[in-house]
Amino acid sequence: MTARILTARMDEYPTDSNSLERYRETGGYVALEKALGTMKPDEVKETVKASNIRGRGGANFPTGVKWGFLPPTKPRYLVINGDESEPGTFKDRQLLERDPHQLVEGIILSAFALEVHHAFIYIRGEYPKPARRVQRAIDEAYEAGYLGTDILGSGFDLDITVHLGGGAYICGEETALLNSLEGRRGEPRIKPPFPAVAGLYARPTIVNNVETLSDIPWIVANGGPAYAAIGPETSAGTRLFSVSGHVNKPGNYELVMGMTWHDLIFDICGGIRDDNELKCWIPGGASAPWFVPDLHLETPLTIDDVGKNGSMLGSGAVIVMDETTNVVAAAHRIVRFFAHESCGQCTPCREGTTWMEQILWRILNGHGRPTDLDLLLDVSDNISPGLRWPPAQTTICPLGPSAVSPIRSIMTHFRDEVESMVAASAELADEEGVAVG
Amino acid sequence: MAEQPEAVTITIDGVAHEVPAGQLVIAAAQAKGTYVPRFCWHPRMKPVGMCRMCLVEIDTPRGKMLTTSCTTPVADGMAIDTESEVVQKAQEGILEFLLINHPLDCPVCDRGGECPLQDQTVAYGPGESRFVEEKRHYEKPIEISDLVLLDRERCILCARCTRFSDEISGDPLIEFKDRGSHTQVITVPGEPFVSYFSGNTVQICPVGALTAKPYRFRARPWDLEAVESVSPVDSFGSKVSVQSSQNEIVRINGIDNDATNQSWLSDKDRFSFQYLQSAERVTEPLIRDGDGFRTASWGEALELVSEQLSALIGTEIAGLGGARNTNEEVFAFQKFLRTEIVTPHLDAQLDDGLDHELMAGISPRATVNDLEKARTVLLWAGDLKEELPVLYLRVRRAATALGAKLIVVHPRATGLDDVAALKITYKPGEGPDVLRKLAAGAVGEGDFHAARQLLDDGPVVVLCGRTGLTEDPRLAEAVAAFAATLPDATVMPVVRRGNVFGAIDMGMAPTLLPGRVPTTNAAGRTAVENRWGPIPEGIGYDAAGILEALVAGELKALAMLGVDPVRDFPRPRLARAALEAAEFVVAFDLFLSHSSRLADVVLPVAGFAEVEGTVTNLEGRVQKVNRLTPRPGQARPVWSVLEDLARRMGGELGALSAEALSKEIAAVAPAYRGVTWDLLDWGEGREGVVVPLAEGEQVLAYEPVDAGLRATTSRLTLHLGRVLYDDGMMTRMSPAIAGLMPDARVYLHPRDAGSLAAGSGQTAEVAGDEGTVTLEVGIDPTLAVGTVYVPFNLPATADLGVSDAVKITPLRTEGEA
Repeated sequence: MTARILTARMDEYPTDSNSLERYRETGGYVALEKALGTMKPDEVKETVKASNIRGRGGANFPTGVKWGFLPPTKPRYLVINGDESEPGTFKDRQLLERDPHQLVEGIILSAFALEVHHAFIYIRGEYPKPARRVQRAIDEAYEAGYLGTDILGSGFDLDITVHLGGGAYICGEETALLNSLEGRRGEPRIKPPFPAVAGLYARPTIVNNVETLSDIPWIVANGGPAYAAIGPETSAGTRLFSVSGHVNKPGNYELVMGMTWHDLIFDICGGIRDDNELKCWIPGGASAPWFVPDLHLETPLTIDDVGKNGSMLGSGAVIVMDETTNVVAAAHRIVRFFAHESCGQCTPCREGTTWMEQILWRILNGHGRPTDLDLLLDVSDNISPGLRWPPAQTTICPLGPSAVSPIRSIMTHFRDEVESMVAASAELADEEGVAVG
Repeated sequence: MAEQPEAVTITIDGVAHEVPAGQLVIAAAQAKGTYVPRFCWHPRMKPVGMCRMCLVEIDTPRGKMLTTSCTTPVADGMAIDTESEVVQKAQEGILEFLLINHPLDCPVCDRGGECPLQDQTVAYGPGESRFVEEKRHYEKPIEISDLVLLDRERCILCARCTRFSDEISGDPLIEFKDRGSHTQVITVPGEPFVSYFSGNTVQICPVGALTAKPYRFRARPWDLEAVESVSPVDSFGSKVSVQSSQNEIVRINGIDNDATNQSWLSDKDRFSFQYLQSAERVTEPLIRDGDGFRTASWGEALELVSEQLSALIGTEIAGLGGARNTNEEVFAFQKFLRTEIVTPHLDAQLDDGLDHELMAGISPRATVNDLEKARTVLLWAGDLKEELPVLYLRVRRAATALGAKLIVVHPRATGLDDVAALKITYKPGEGPDVLRKLAAGAVGEGDFHAARQLLDDGPVVVLCGRTGLTEDPRLAEAVAAFAATLPDATVMPVVRRGNVFGAIDMGMAPTLLPGRVPTTNAAGRTAVENRWGPIPEGIGYDAAGILEALVAGELKALAMLGVDPVRDFPRPRLARAALEAAEFVVAFDLFLSHSSRLADVVLPVAGFAEVEGTVTNLEGRVQKVNRLTPRPGQARPVWSVLEDLARRMGGELGALSAEALSKEIAAVAPAYRGVTWDLLDWGEGREGVVVPLAEGEQVLAYEPVDAGLRATTSRLTLHLGRVLYDDGMMTRMSPAIAGLMPDARVYLHPRDAGSLAAGSGQTAEVAGDEGTVTLEVGIDPTLAVGTVYVPFNLPATADLGVSDAVKITPLRTEGEA
């Protein structure tokens, strides 16, 4: 089932969906006029709460509940997380680049609801074009009276600042993002205090994902219940899935949740390339435990069903792998990413992710040892005790445990493949008469 | 009254405890006898929860959670498990992670044997390593300053050093760079870790990543002998651990005395011990022989001194010094002067401090810990970063972590300006006007109104001293008098030299008898005379009077105890003339200083860590100093030399030991009643005691008066300010820091430099009343217009001396128009 909340405009007008003119012509800023003209901030807040929308950044936390955590103190800030950096995730880019006014309107509505007068959009440094598009949209919005002082004569003031990141994945973690925005090292903060209480410049701050706020204009225009009515009860609305890997039709898909993985991979994405066998897939970003066809093809794509099956829908990044995939290489590639992106403050993540990357690299290069399998699992356990889901952690933020997911996944589903690689190493060593390791 | 935090009940490993609400779990557990291992947590810095070593399990509504105990405050009913299987596995895991890239070069590491990483590995770590990959490598060690070296392979990235320099000392010159397993501590290119506090980072480094040049490879920790003592460098009284190997001090570390240094030291406290080992120490008695000296036996030297002094006994002899000695030594010295020489002319200061009675009798007198609860701090004194660096740290803490509003009044930028709520810059000489405007809360002129409002918001701590040597000391009295009019203020007199407060308390002042008794107090005088016999009547000369009287021939002889007036007296020409005019000068000294060089007899005496005794800091806190190392050559303790001398002169001091003197002090000096070595060594006085104790008595009732000083104006006014690394013996004779003396320059405001046509780097002649020096010109826009700043007591500035006005003549090189 398809629905078009976020992507209808860009699909219909591929060349100028980002322009103010086109946006207005297709219903843009109507919700804003409605809200500023006829609603009180609390009514907007209630509308969002009633929509049951859950955050699209990866944690899937109900947005209305998060907004409710704000204490009454002012000033307070709204920060939009556009630091989309997880391998396989490319949905926000499309929203930033091709429908920036939808986001800007969502920000203005949210800021109005939250009584915020300064919002910050943090965009990953590798997204210069999306950042330019957003900045242009903001400039146009100022010009048109949607931003600045006394917006549409309502007395409500709002400024939006665009900030480009410096190229660190960890700045997608909301407190690291706030540090980075403040000019500090991009390192996650210890919680509590949570950003809602002490966030940007130690003021109450709401951090929301680009996609989440891009949904807000539709929600305000059509009402919370209309949104809540779309899809399964606890996975309301549509969301963007970034499907990549060995499918015939990779890309971003705006979908109503509730279909099965089979539907997504074989119907919507056209099946596996070269008619190969599906081997496994990552259901929700590089930090999510992997799914395999035997167990999970019929699992519905809802936040809860995926969660019950030991993984997560996360940011909606689906990476599909076919039978030709060397899972050790795939796991290594992901672990290397996390090791590279570790901020370095917590010992287990800083040292552990690099160590695991080194062990996997050794196995891949024919120097595996039989003890490496248990070593990998035990090092993983020292980062994420109990190797359970959702993960426990010896670290401040979940980046370290994220590197554990691929290792746990290959050890759970493909241990025989890892063992045979190690055995091959031993044979090689025997032939060469050298000790391995 | 400090508010007591309410108590909550927590359970640690199944045992219930009452602990103060809000305390961190790690601290609460330690207070109750459960040590939770840690690397990054330091009780004097904000927690960061980075190393993850202090993980414990805490019961939550969602089950047991592994949590860092250094970031979690206790809550009522909290159940904490510090030794569950999960916790132990995590601890072992963290240590394995820390060790995989650690070089394990413990046999050649300074930290080996006293290393938290070693110790916690023994207690909580894995038995063997499973790491077979290549370890991380960096170039090492790298010099990050003149004193500190960094080994990034040993570093476990706990951020103690970076946090210290940012949070505590306010010179954030070391930071992390890169990320993940490439994270490293580093300095900014081209900006070395130049800090007066760099040694603290070495002390708090939990591994051997940061090492200090003076100690590197000098000793193994298990071979060290150590005593607790008090830093001799300044009057703050920082508590230290003095450590020696093979009878030489090799290291000084800070001890956490909550009342004073809270574990921190300045680099001068830490590294200046080298002067004690200098080959320049005087190790044998010296007797003048033409232009130089010849060595002599103690017998010959003392016989000569005894003869010379006996011939002049009475009011023709004076004594100077004692501000760098123990209370016991200076007590013996003034007793010798008053009872054997029978002179009223004695002074521990050199006209470079404050009024003796203010220093001994200001009331209500602030303690350092008053800064902890102050809402406002008024600093009208020298630049604390240069003069009393650890007090600077405490004021900085008050103004940052504790939220006090700091007002700084000074002629130029100071180290605390960046944390000051208000800064008032003024031209020296105009202080009386500044004070008047401040007291009036003058509106419309600068920040006086705002400052006055802050000062009415107590508790207030007023730190008053001389901003520089050209400042009239009576201005500080006027500031103290103003403080007395504030609703809730305490006052701390700020004078920096070693034990100067102790020396004055011991009666080494023309106006004071031992124990803060005015010389003019009849009852006090009688009490002393009942024990000692008659002492001279009236108030004698202070240092300036003594030196002038020597030049005038009114005084004939001088005894100097560890004092260098030629360098430290603000009028060097007068000091030199006085020493040259004197018929006989005896110096008790460690070195041939600019002054003792002019003496007739130089007696080698024991220095820091070579004697036991007590000292008193600027809040009146008495602390114990201890003996660790042997005295070089024939050097003797001051008191024993004085006793010997007294007996040769037919008298007796009763100075049979330093401890015997301490008992006499407690008996004679009312403010020191009840102060015993036992109390300071073993009793409740281990953090020192502020005198007078309950059984003591403050006889001196000092009321500061505003003498109604008139502002003086001249076009160019001199500001002679002190710098930490000056040309004093401690710095000059300590190779590690001798090279850190700043360049001597004459600093001008850009506007003055413009009107004088003097450019930066050009040389200029600076002519004052006392002397003329030639210095390079520096431009300093932080100066008040019309102020000429010259650092005091550097080799190139020493001859300038004080004067109100100076004349600047830029020197032009040939060929210049």
